Amino acid sequence: MAMATDTPTNVETRGASPSGAPVVFDNLTRRFGATTALDRLSLDIAPGELVALLGPSGCGKTTALRVLAGFDRPDLGRVLVDGNDVSHVPAQRRDMGMVFQSYSLFPNMNARDNVAFGLQIRHQRTAQRRAKAAELLELVGLGEHVTKYPHQLSGGQQQRVALARALAIEPRVLLLDEPLSALDAKVRAELRDQIRALQQRLAITTVFVTHDQEEAMSMADRVCVMFQGRVEQVATPSVLYSQPATPFVGRFVGVSSRVAVTRRGDHVEVLGRDVPIRGDLAAVPAGELEALLRPEDLDVTVNPNGLGVVTHRSFLGATTRVGVGIAGANLRVDVRSAQADDLELGTRVDVSVNARDVLVTTRQPSS
Amino acid sequence: MTVLSDYDTATPDGDVASRPGRGRTGGVGALVRSLRTSAPVLPFLTYVILVLGVPTAVIVLYAFRSNTGHFTWSNIHTILAGGQYRAGFETSLKLAVVTAVVPGVLGTLVAYALSTSEHALFKRITSATAGVLAQFGGVNLAFMFIAGFAATNGIVTEWLRPLGLDPWNHGWSLYKFWGVAFVYVYFQLPLMVLIITPAFAGLRPAWREAAENLGASRWRYWRHVGMPVLTPAILGSMFLLFGSGFSAYATAEALTAGTIAVTPIQIGAILQGNVIAGEQNIAYALAFAMIVILLVTVIFYVLLRRRTTRWLR
Repeated sequence: MAMATDTPTNVETRGASPSGAPVVFDNLTRRFGATTALDRLSLDIAPGELVALLGPSGCGKTTALRVLAGFDRPDLGRVLVDGNDVSHVPAQRRDMGMVFQSYSLFPNMNARDNVAFGLQIRHQRTAQRRAKAAELLELVGLGEHVTKYPHQLSGGQQQRVALARALAIEPRVLLLDEPLSALDAKVRAELRDQIRALQQRLAITTVFVTHDQEEAMSMADRVCVMFQGRVEQVATPSVLYSQPATPFVGRFVGVSSRVAVTRRGDHVEVLGRDVPIRGDLAAVPAGELEALLRPEDLDVTVNPNGLGVVTHRSFLGATTRVGVGIAGANLRVDVRSAQADDLELGTRVDVSVNARDVLVTTRQPSS
Repeated sequence: MTVLSDYDTATPDGDVASRPGRGRTGGVGALVRSLRTSAPVLPFLTYVILVLGVPTAVIVLYAFRSNTGHFTWSNIHTILAGGQYRAGFETSLKLAVVTAVVPGVLGTLVAYALSTSEHALFKRITSATAGVLAQFGGVNLAFMFIAGFAATNGIVTEWLRPLGLDPWNHGWSLYKFWGVAFVYVYFQLPLMVLIITPAFAGLRPAWREAAENLGASRWRYWRHVGMPVLTPAILGSMFLLFGSGFSAYATAEALTAGTIAVTPIQIGAILQGNVIAGEQNIAYALAFAMIVILLVTVIFYVLLRRRTTRWLR
């Protein structure tokens, strides 16, 4: 369903200038028994910016969001919103909108009453809050569903109502806790675009927790990759993909193949070619190394005497991802689908590196 | 657009696809398939027919039958007209309401305490105790209360007497209405805890957090979300308690030796023929009226439960 293009007056006014507040995680630490969920986490988020907290399960991203929402308290460190320390402010006084992973609409209220709930708590008059709820439901494309109850709405519709409910209180910070993870792929993609468009229009500072890198990369201004309670890298999606700062980011973000390499000064030899090492040479570990190669960093050509063998192929639309077994490594190479016809399973091929430089890390045991 | 039920599937052009056993598929084949899928429940179905269906049919039949074997309304007229039977009904209804509302409210509070407690041991002990006590009724329970609360030599009465709290001195009797109600609460309260605890467990933490996030205090969350969501479940459970209190027989009989005039005891007295002879059909009419009341109770319970299930699933 397409989102309504008409913008309600009050929302339009808010969109004229950034209305989001700056958010700062200042050295946050949170422990649960022996587990450290947040380990000196620091992050600055600009007004109106959408930052995705991305990482595997247990990396601390949800804990960070809950600390920001006020559902949890840090053991150390502070949370600053608009320059004010809110670390000890109760959740109900933080004025932040939040959309939860599970459908968290109140089941005893229809869509309009759900959206108007925050306004009711703020003692707004019934007529005013109903009008505003109707406007917001129109904004998220549910103008015809105002009197429907949550059990009468689909998952995607429920999450849109939840979004409207979070926006109704005109928060300066919007928190999204994996709001799309329970939805099917098509609805997820639609809603992803709608949330992003709405966030940009309203210029609300938004923190978005997800374990889905595609979601994070497609929606966020910046992505904060977390691992074991720490920030691994904060960067724009393109920088994160093309210049991963750590081996973890290189492996976690995007698809990469690992190839054993030998260092030669500021180069490594990869598949018979000398390629410069990316980043700080002093940070390159000693010992056995491997390079992380993106599918587009590699070229594959058919050669009956080649050392590689095509082991699998996946059609992705414009491109086809080809798996090549070579010298004990399993490489993934993207080729244009129109040129992939010759690459049948078992075809012997040559693989070459076309990357300008490569990220090098300590060799990991083969999985 | 075609509106689909939970079990329908739609073809791309919106037509509802036919289901096996529906429409043109052979009648005999469908019957065989239906019997085959129903086979596992047939023994239970037979049991229900024998111990519930047949007795109910007999009750209905005899409720409208005179001593000479003809159809009559007179049995129904007799029990509704007034006198001891109507008084018995009124006492039974009053007892059922008291023993539904009091344990209903107290049980809800206990379930709330369980749902908010972080002490796993407390939760386990309370749940296990409720499970045992809810089944503890009848003669055993009556004797336990007689041992505890009898006017003379009752263990608890003897404890209370020196404190000036002997309830017998304040007009209370274990063998009258409030005494029987007191004993009923003993097993109705844990029953309520057992029934309503899952409903509390069905409240999603995300609802409370969403309410908090929108500025609601704990009280306002319970007022606007928690209680409205639970109300159908609480009322439904109270209807169940009502039915239980309305139809209980053994405890009241053992406790009062049949001296309290509640409908189940009146039915028992008539059918045993100890005091009243030749009015068996009145007993069937009383039983029929009880079935009607319990049926209405069950309908309310099912309707309320359906709403709760929809909200809490």
